[in-house]
Amino acid sequence: MLRLEKRPNPSKIWGYLAPVLAVIATMIGGGVMFALLGKDPFEAIRIIFYDPLFSEFAWYYRPQLLIKGAPLILIAIGLSMGFRAGIWNIGAEGQYIIGAICGAGAALAVYPLESALIFPVMILCGAIGGFAWAMIPAILKTKFGTNEILVSLMLVYVAEQLLASMSLGLMKNPEGFGFPGSRNLQHYASAHNAELWVGSGIHLGVVFALIAVIFGYIMLARHQMGFHIRLMGESPKAARFAGVNPNKLVIYCLGFSGALAGLAGMFEVAGPSGQISIDFNVGYGFTAIIVAFLGRLNPFGIMLAGLLMALTYIGGEIAQSSLGLPSAAIQAFQGMLLFFLLALDMLTNFKIKLANAEVRT
Amino acid sequence: MSKTLLHLNGLTKTYPGVIANDDVSFDIAAGEIHALLGENGAGKSTLVKMIYGLVRPDHGTMQMEGVSFVPAEPRAARAVGVAMVFQHFSLFEALSVAENIALGMENPPKANALSARITEVSQSYGLPLDPERLVGDLSAGERQRVEIIRCLLQEPKLLIMDEPTSVLTPQEVTTLFTTLRKLKDEGTSILYISHKLEEIRALCETATILRGGKKVATCDPREKSARDLAEMMVGGKLNLAESKETTLGEVVLEISDLSLPPQSAFGTSLRNISLRLHRGEILGIGGVAGNGQDELLACMSGEVITTAEAIQLNGLSLGHMSPNERRTLGVLAAPEERLGHAAAPDMSLTENAMLTAMTRKSLSKSGFLDWPRAKDFAEQVIKKFDVRTPGPQSAARSLSGGNLQKFVIGREVLQDPSVLIVNQPTWGVDAAAAADIRQALLDLAAKGASVIVISQDLDELMEISTSFAALNAGRLSAARPMAELSLDEIGLLLGGADAAA
Repeated sequence: MLRLEKRPNPSKIWGYLAPVLAVIATMIGGGVMFALLGKDPFEAIRIIFYDPLFSEFAWYYRPQLLIKGAPLILIAIGLSMGFRAGIWNIGAEGQYIIGAICGAGAALAVYPLESALIFPVMILCGAIGGFAWAMIPAILKTKFGTNEILVSLMLVYVAEQLLASMSLGLMKNPEGFGFPGSRNLQHYASAHNAELWVGSGIHLGVVFALIAVIFGYIMLARHQMGFHIRLMGESPKAARFAGVNPNKLVIYCLGFSGALAGLAGMFEVAGPSGQISIDFNVGYGFTAIIVAFLGRLNPFGIMLAGLLMALTYIGGEIAQSSLGLPSAAIQAFQGMLLFFLLALDMLTNFKIKLANAEVRT
Repeated sequence: MSKTLLHLNGLTKTYPGVIANDDVSFDIAAGEIHALLGENGAGKSTLVKMIYGLVRPDHGTMQMEGVSFVPAEPRAARAVGVAMVFQHFSLFEALSVAENIALGMENPPKANALSARITEVSQSYGLPLDPERLVGDLSAGERQRVEIIRCLLQEPKLLIMDEPTSVLTPQEVTTLFTTLRKLKDEGTSILYISHKLEEIRALCETATILRGGKKVATCDPREKSARDLAEMMVGGKLNLAESKETTLGEVVLEISDLSLPPQSAFGTSLRNISLRLHRGEILGIGGVAGNGQDELLACMSGEVITTAEAIQLNGLSLGHMSPNERRTLGVLAAPEERLGHAAAPDMSLTENAMLTAMTRKSLSKSGFLDWPRAKDFAEQVIKKFDVRTPGPQSAARSLSGGNLQKFVIGREVLQDPSVLIVNQPTWGVDAAAAADIRQALLDLAAKGASVIVISQDLDELMEISTSFAALNAGRLSAARPMAELSLDEIGLLLGGADAAA
């Protein structure tokens, strides 16, 4: 029998090794799954991990990596703060939608006015929208002790309904021949979140994601708030003893992750997506949960994990079109990544021992 | 000498990096109370776990009444008549006494029959206990009776008791000793684990002393002084805490009419607590755990907010202040639970130094943390308090109980408090570390700080306190000078009778 034994100190080596091994294990597990689906596993893995970066069409896919990675990283940095403190915001998808609606709404309200002030105001509105949406579970939790997991998750569906209503009603493009969806902000110069360098994929959201990574790192490593967040996650009683106010921490963590998710939504609607439409959200808010854990809740880890996850998205899309893999197989593949990571993560704090005959109670 | 019940021969058990027991041999005679003495980590627990079938020896043999005895699991040990009362009770608070006892039995009889048996056994051994009461409502002493009766129902030949008196009042100890002597007279052997030397000298006729996994001696404790036994246990001269004569100064801290509703289902409420703490005073607060100790500490540390006026420091109301505001004023605390309350288990000692010293040691500048200074402070605590650890980067949970406790107490003491409140400062700590901690508290008071020591260990309170008050069911008796109190009076105070009234 195998037995797990707690290590006296967490292993540093396994901390770095676990994500790498998880990726390898996912390749193996995914390969088996693809083989069972009747596809060549080696080709599938190559298409998912290699082609987007190094194939002849990589010039197109590489910028996509940043475009898809940025919102994941931005949202995951916010979520990781709360996750470290044991505050579970599962509703980033909803905050992302509301951020997009508020950001786009600010622009559409003044259309077709051109002004350098419009874009900064949109950024502000996006952040405030996400923040406000996250305050609903935060205030309900601190005032009435509700569970933030359920409330934030439920609010995703409310936000989706609101999104549908906006694209069919209030925000519908008056010149859109009756099709649902707002005006395309890509055609509205003052509101367009354009690439900073054409063809690079780098828009302002990518810059914000990078700032968020650095901000998150400084916060956790050097700032009192980050220390209190970690303390709360490690040991709530010790945190209270150290003088942490749990309610303030709930407000802070949910508010921060909501604001970042709102920002991500705003940059998306003003840039790559361009318009508010019924199917505007594609699950970044949920995938970011995987990214946060894959990155071990460490800001730089999250940056790498976000890019890796973006790679599987892009590679997955190529595999769907070129190999005819069902999209569910790609989702299962991404799920495996989290599964193997959480399993291997045990080894940072535990070591596997062959159990001898000793009986323990 | 009567005949041998259990013969241990060359028992050895190795864990990676540690020899828990090294060639331990001794005999337990039938009908004797045999003490097993040793510091924490001396190998007492491993040894009894081998006898009780929880751990298998690497080498060595055991013979029970001349027959080879190799228990593979506790059930096998119980089958030949070995029973054990653990230091930490395994009882369900929401179940009744009878239900708890039935859970531990292999073939529990019907509820009525069992209740009758429990009543019968409890009466014949002088351990009053109502089988229908909920365990959640019982005192620690009564809970221990549940565990003892659970063992006695098996009619054991050998009863192992692990630190049984650590949670009892003096009167409860007397009752327990009466029971144990009665058992002995009926021919039951008792293996009695303790580090309380006076108790062992009063109760036991044989003592085996372990140090570092090896047997040091088997002797008659009645022929040795407590100091001799302690020195055999520690393996060197023992530094007994020395109190310096201090005259009490002005009132520093005043608690007036502090009440608090229970914070959880099995929590205790605090009722009208009032006390005055003088400069240089060490106030010992005695009482069995669960009588409001944790709640009182939480009110003092600021984890629980009370009315502002309930707690005053030099006339300044602070009952409404947060823990860090109180720390700024010099009111520090060290809670009982080392891992998970006083310290975060998975965090390093540097981070744990930051945990309480952030404000007073100015480890934070406009919200940004000065980790090098925190590390210096952690190193200072490690050095001054002789904390055995590879260094400040070690996780708190990698330290032994005694070392972590020294770190926790040292962290507060070195912040130069004007008032320090500690709960169970030496619980589960080896004798040498306990002596160091007590000395540190005495030195702190001698420098002019005021200290409140909440403890279940009366010997400790008598050793270091200048005054004494008892906490019973959330009420605090009036504080009285320690020197004026006899052991009987202390016992009565602990039982809830306010001797001043």
